[in-house]
Amino acid sequence: MSTHANKNPSLEVNIAGLKLKNPVMPASGTFGYGEEFAPYLDLEQLGAIVTKGVSLLPKAGNPTPRLAETPAGMLNAIGLQNVGINAFAEQKIEFLRSISTPVVVNFFGNTFEDYVEVAERLNEIERVDAVELNISCPNVKAGGIVFGTDPATAARVVRGVREKLKVPLIVKLSPNVTDIALMARAVEEAGADAISCINTLTGMAVDLQRRCLRLANGTGGLSGPAIKPVALRMVHQVVNSVSIPVIGIGGIMSAEDALEFLLVGATAVQVGTANLVSPGAMSEIIGGIENFFLQQGIEDINDWIGSLR
Amino acid sequence: MYNREMAPGYYCLGIAAPEYPALAQPGQFVMLRITRDYDPLLRRPFGIFRTGVLQGGNPQFPPQEYMEVVYKVVGHGTNLMTRLNPGDEVDLLGPLGNGFRSGSSATVAPEDALLVGGGIGVVPLFMLAQQLVDQGARVRLLLGGRTCSDILAVTEFERLGVETYVATDDGTLGEEGLVTLVLERKLSKYPHAHVFACGPMPMLDAVEQRCRQAQAPLQVSLEALMACGVGACLGCVVKGREHSAQHPDYLCTCKQGPVFAAQELNWSSTAGEDQR
Repeated sequence: MSTHANKNPSLEVNIAGLKLKNPVMPASGTFGYGEEFAPYLDLEQLGAIVTKGVSLLPKAGNPTPRLAETPAGMLNAIGLQNVGINAFAEQKIEFLRSISTPVVVNFFGNTFEDYVEVAERLNEIERVDAVELNISCPNVKAGGIVFGTDPATAARVVRGVREKLKVPLIVKLSPNVTDIALMARAVEEAGADAISCINTLTGMAVDLQRRCLRLANGTGGLSGPAIKPVALRMVHQVVNSVSIPVIGIGGIMSAEDALEFLLVGATAVQVGTANLVSPGAMSEIIGGIENFFLQQGIEDINDWIGSLR
Repeated sequence: MYNREMAPGYYCLGIAAPEYPALAQPGQFVMLRITRDYDPLLRRPFGIFRTGVLQGGNPQFPPQEYMEVVYKVVGHGTNLMTRLNPGDEVDLLGPLGNGFRSGSSATVAPEDALLVGGGIGVVPLFMLAQQLVDQGARVRLLLGGRTCSDILAVTEFERLGVETYVATDDGTLGEEGLVTLVLERKLSKYPHAHVFACGPMPMLDAVEQRCRQAQAPLQVSLEALMACGVGACLGCVVKGREHSAQHPDYLCTCKQGPVFAAQELNWSSTAGEDQR
């Protein structure tokens, strides 16, 4: 056993100037606005908190059923239900100000102008420590083409919001594209400070007895362990295509899963579906990462990140 | 602790659950995970049937606090549950949600209570019946089901002194027909009764109509697909009273429910949507 085996390894990472005490944060939409999880884990323990996506106006979301479980995964079609930026600023951020963990606010829009306006508003709110831009939404004005599937459209949105913001901008990429590296380079060039990937994979489930689609929306986003190999491949690809930090997301259920994403070069990770299965999941994952480094004699997480042989 | 078949296809699972007898309120639920594998991945919600303390005869073993859930074998997850044996560990989250309001937490305790259960919907009504009986209410249970094997726990209710009326679609137990017809008769006989219901959505819709006509206060316990159980995923929402496309008013079944006063919900639109 090495002499430094008892020294606690440093888990601190840096995402575009945002210092995180460890690389573990929730994926947007699986952790509410943080408060919902306070009874189940110590929010101070987390690397960061990522809120549910907010938009300019409140959004009703999709009709039910919104969920369908699939082997080792789940489909969701919540439809970005949220309280809107005003209610967020008035009611939801207050609680997050009471804890010291960095707050990352996820946001989206239906038009280019929407995105820019939300970014402007977020910039004025105290304790929005970073923002995460969700570009996996249909562009209402452009006939519903998803912002995040066309490099030029994505770059335009990133440029538009970047110039309104003084905090780090993380851009969350959709996996539902032919070449995710192309999207990654486009948003990096447009001014993204970091990239998070992947969002959910579009999927479908059918009910044989009733001969209907199981989600009222028809399609939904697939998440959970089922998508982890696809996510790992895409994170690896993006890491090798850009020089900004990458946050890995996709089916992380355990410390081992998180360590795999870090190994292929992700600077941090987001945990999504696991929070829904066990509200205390991230606490176990952080502890597991620390134990792994203790066993391996690794003193600094940065020696592990991207150290794939 | 035990996993007993109550009726064909229905099981009662007893789980050692410290503090549940003191904590669990009638109408609350738990989220249960029976495997650390990824299939099934999500927990499943189960209404709490009852709680209690098992007094071990042997002084070496302290009294054991426990809770029971009842499940119907419908798919992969519940099939796996039937294989649970005494001593197996399950991962329990709860007790969750808001239960029925009666007595101390309501303005008045009802003198007459009508409990309406459809199939497995009888489960969350048992602890409510216990509470209402303790409060001195006259409790009547109206149970509906497709066939006789869908009628559960009648003996348990009768042991509390609850009068029980049964209706089945095929007439194999009790009277033939819908439980809502029984409710209609009871409502005219006990016009000041409070009604508490749990069952499939079409039944709840019919119960709501009858209660609205009779101006009887109604609380319903809803069932919904759920992922998290703690109000985060927004997968289990139902439309609130004021809901419209312009002013969305969605309520989380897990966090704001599963028990709602009928007037909190939008009855013109809840039906149908969840029937898929």
